[in-house]
Amino acid sequence: MRISPEEVFETVKMTLDHHFDIRTVTLGINLKDCMARDLDWLTKQAQARIVENGQLLNHCAKGLEQKYGIPITNRRIAVTPVSLLLEPLPRKTSTAVKLAKALDTAAKKANIDFLGGFGAMLQKGATATEENLIDALPEALSQTRRICGFLNLASTVAGINMNAVAKVGHVIRDLAHRTENGVGCAKLAVFANVPEDSPFMAGAHHGIGEPDFSLNVGISGPGVVRSVVAQNPDCDLTQLSEVIKRTVFKITRAGELIGRELAGLMKVDFGIVDISLAPTTSTGDSVAEIIEAMGVGRMGSPGTTAALGLLIDAVKKGGAMASANVGGLSGTFIPVSEDAGMIRAVRSGALSLDKLEALTSVCSVGLDMFAVPGDIPPETISAIIADELSIGVVNNKTTSVRIVPVPGAKPGSIVHFGGLLGSAPVMKVATKFSSARFIHRRGRLPAPILALRN
Amino acid sequence: MAEKASQICIVTVTGKDRVGIIARLANAMAKANINIVDVNQKIMEDTFVMTMAVDIGQATIDMGQIKKQLDRIGRQMALKISIQDESIFKAMHRV
Repeated sequence: MRISPEEVFETVKMTLDHHFDIRTVTLGINLKDCMARDLDWLTKQAQARIVENGQLLNHCAKGLEQKYGIPITNRRIAVTPVSLLLEPLPRKTSTAVKLAKALDTAAKKANIDFLGGFGAMLQKGATATEENLIDALPEALSQTRRICGFLNLASTVAGINMNAVAKVGHVIRDLAHRTENGVGCAKLAVFANVPEDSPFMAGAHHGIGEPDFSLNVGISGPGVVRSVVAQNPDCDLTQLSEVIKRTVFKITRAGELIGRELAGLMKVDFGIVDISLAPTTSTGDSVAEIIEAMGVGRMGSPGTTAALGLLIDAVKKGGAMASANVGGLSGTFIPVSEDAGMIRAVRSGALSLDKLEALTSVCSVGLDMFAVPGDIPPETISAIIADELSIGVVNNKTTSVRIVPVPGAKPGSIVHFGGLLGSAPVMKVATKFSSARFIHRRGRLPAPILALRN
Repeated sequence: MAEKASQICIVTVTGKDRVGIIARLANAMAKANINIVDVNQKIMEDTFVMTMAVDIGQATIDMGQIKKQLDRIGRQMALKISIQDESIFKAMHRV
């Protein structure tokens, strides 16, 4: 049956009026076979592979953008966790920084805006090389433009590596003080249960269970979902869930089609479709505004957690029906700085850091892109991270933290990060009572018991 | 250009109805050896919407060039015109 004008119009309107796009196509590249005791040889091999495949990714994505008339907003690369590549090399921070710079140069040459994977899996413990990589993070991320870092500090089966959590508080503070408004911290995400195939930065990397290449797609359409919710102001919540499901089904199918075809053109394996709703600062492209269109007075006011729970459940059901390859994070992103509705909610006092933490217990993906005063103690940063990772570990889900301490800023002031990263109101952190003694104990928080679930 | 199998695309025109839209588009398609398979038009949500299914399998110019021509006609006639491969609509609207 030929497609009807109504169906065509619905799709065209999604892209023209409601910001529907393929948010990112991310090519995972295996670099394990480039490991060597010679840094120059490693960088030469890695750079050649990144440049060649990055250019091909850009070329093929441009062709598909024309064919289907749907913007492919970002083209990115994720590589094997860099800590592995560093294992055979001298354990000096200068080695790690040199490698970061070489990867940055390759990404620039391939015209790729972000390259992920400068990180490590250390949920249970860290090798000497991984310790070295963590030490190198402030320098590596402040001296490069396109490199993103990740650290998996916890998992449901291993518990939480509190030695690393304690150290990371200092690393984040150091990184913040090396970059304007602390913006370098936007390129570092710390995780519990990190997925090995997420296409979204800053946490994207090409996990060790992945093939040589893997093409992962992140779709996004908060604007599309907000629009259908707004068009159904009177239906009950069960029906609202149906409406959202149907819409997400459609946009996931578009992502699946384009991802598969792109992988085919590049002759690489198709990985996953990440159905996360990822907002941008454009008007209407906001997750907070979906919640408000449902009838919650302001994002953060009572009812928000339930509404977000409904939203993410419907998104997953619609997405899972549309594609057998749904994976990655596939949650709802609620970054403060990258969502105009979230910014408004914080500024109006409706959304506090405590409520933000509560929201992450029903949706992925954690405390994301929020600004705090730059003078909060490193132990407090570590304690915020420990709290958030606990939610992930105990609930057997991914959670992450991307915290930006802004040097010299006071609660309530606004900092502008620029571009995709948006701007953020500096949030108040309860620092009257210190948890430093808890963090200084270090050790490993044991893995939770998975039976006896009440 | 080598002979290719058929490739159906949907041209969508939105904006204000006026004399000569179909004529202008049909003329541009004919010049590029693009066959028009089907045409529909409707008023939806107060907007004039015309969809045209075309076969670009034997076209003498590529999709990027077709798009440029449509953009030019769109600018001249104050219309939004897009062209997309039909399979995107099938993927999104057919289970």
